[in-house]
Amino acid sequence: MQFLDTSYGSEILSELVEVILDNRDYLSEVDGSIGDGDHGINMAKGFRLFNESIQGQSLSLSKALTTLANTLMGSIGGSMGPLYGSLFLGMGNAAKDRDELDAGAFGDMLSAGLTSLQSISDANVGDKCLLDTLVPAVNDYRHAVDNGQGFASALQSLRDGAKRGCESTRELEAKIGRASRLGERSKGHLDAGAVSCQLLLVRLADSTERHLDKAAA
Amino acid sequence: MQRIINDPDNVVDDAVRGYLRASPNLYAATDHPRVLKYAIETPAKVGVVTGGGSGHEPAFLGYVGDGLCDAVAIGEIFSSPTADAFLEAFRAADRGQGVACLYGNYAGDNMNVKMARQMAEMEGIQVKTVIARDDVASAPADQREKRRGVAGEIMMWKVGGAAAARYDDLDEVIRLAQKAVDACSSIGVGLSSCTIPANGKPNFTIEPGHMELGIGHHGEPGIEVVPLPNAEAMAQAMCDPILADQDFTGSDVAVLISGLGATPVMELNLLYSHVADRLETEGITVHRADIGNYFTSLEMMGATLTVMKLDEELKPLVDAPAQSLALTR
Repeated sequence: MQFLDTSYGSEILSELVEVILDNRDYLSEVDGSIGDGDHGINMAKGFRLFNESIQGQSLSLSKALTTLANTLMGSIGGSMGPLYGSLFLGMGNAAKDRDELDAGAFGDMLSAGLTSLQSISDANVGDKCLLDTLVPAVNDYRHAVDNGQGFASALQSLRDGAKRGCESTRELEAKIGRASRLGERSKGHLDAGAVSCQLLLVRLADSTERHLDKAAA
Repeated sequence: MQRIINDPDNVVDDAVRGYLRASPNLYAATDHPRVLKYAIETPAKVGVVTGGGSGHEPAFLGYVGDGLCDAVAIGEIFSSPTADAFLEAFRAADRGQGVACLYGNYAGDNMNVKMARQMAEMEGIQVKTVIARDDVASAPADQREKRRGVAGEIMMWKVGGAAAARYDDLDEVIRLAQKAVDACSSIGVGLSSCTIPANGKPNFTIEPGHMELGIGHHGEPGIEVVPLPNAEAMAQAMCDPILADQDFTGSDVAVLISGLGATPVMELNLLYSHVADRLETEGITVHRADIGNYFTSLEMMGATLTVMKLDEELKPLVDAPAQSLALTR
């Protein structure tokens, strides 16, 4: 059975920082089609501040996630500060006091993040928002684990679910946020939050998988 | 980009520093860099707080002052302030009589205010809210809960602030601020796009020779894009949906026209003359009109029109003295 050593918090979250900074302009461009074009700017700002605050520190996964959550909630505002902040806070709390996570515990951590996010937002799957990425990704992951698949295989399900979920927002009509006022005209465009969520989950899966190998070696 | 900025990512912080230095008689800093409070503290009154994204100046910080708001939370450009900022604004405004948080209906603001309110309650600060939903173009009347808040927010701050200034209690301030914004119907027209400095390119496109009726304060698409009419026809196009939204016949009203940032004030007054004609024709009496750049969208060209139905309760509050950067009576 494979485990994730939770001492790799700084390493894993540095990769999340990287994917957001690399996609800053792309995220703003996606947002500009039906939103106000600031998604990449705000996300990049929050993740950059987080990166600066953890420089030279080797943080546990829980501590790194909690620090990221507090930075996002305290610095970027908008909708994404509270949404991503509560997601990472829920995940960070779930990983607290654990030296390692097996595939099941990693799934519990994802679910705790989802529950935390849903406690501050009334958004649902189908609203054209980041939940359209997050919910199928978490469900697919848990389904894979429940079917006895290994950690790496379950992470592939996480990636697949995230990509499928993100793509599903293209044909959805926005129900929340600024794009919701567009009604029918929001169709045909991806949701920026769903895209950033997909980027983050795919990179989380990639990075986790690489560190699984290290732990197993 | 022809803009007066340093690092595009620091535009808001740099601007806040400027406001503090230019108007020390109005603003005092707080423990949070994105929260300003009124320099003069009146004891024992209900605190009035607002907040929202930057780029709408003089909203939101321009409405901090006498007879208006006591503290303001300042967000990134077109982005809600953080929950931390709203919380600090609640602390700065609280005089033990509770805080009225008067803001506009946007997803980010709703979430951050909700979180800040929970944190404030743990500190023993009572916070009640009124959420402005005056933009008639953003959703039909039977889905008013979906409507955005636009320039009607100014009337909400004016009435709520005046009620707090005469020492009404929290429930009364909330009731009157809600009544004020419910009495407002607003609509915007956009004639050009706007550019967030950190983005470096226009947020959306309006073809030359066209205007977008019903555009939002962040460029949210409106009802329709039409060939740019003359001012007289534009006034009719703006008045039609407002007059259809509520029955103003025989009423006294307050009218507010705000430029969106790049339209000359002269043209706003020109537009108003046609609005005034139309209202007169409809048997509506203008009690007072405020015309200027009150609630903008960076350097967008265009304007918003707000018509507020007045009664004997609202009139003195709309007329009450006020002193701030944006509004003085």
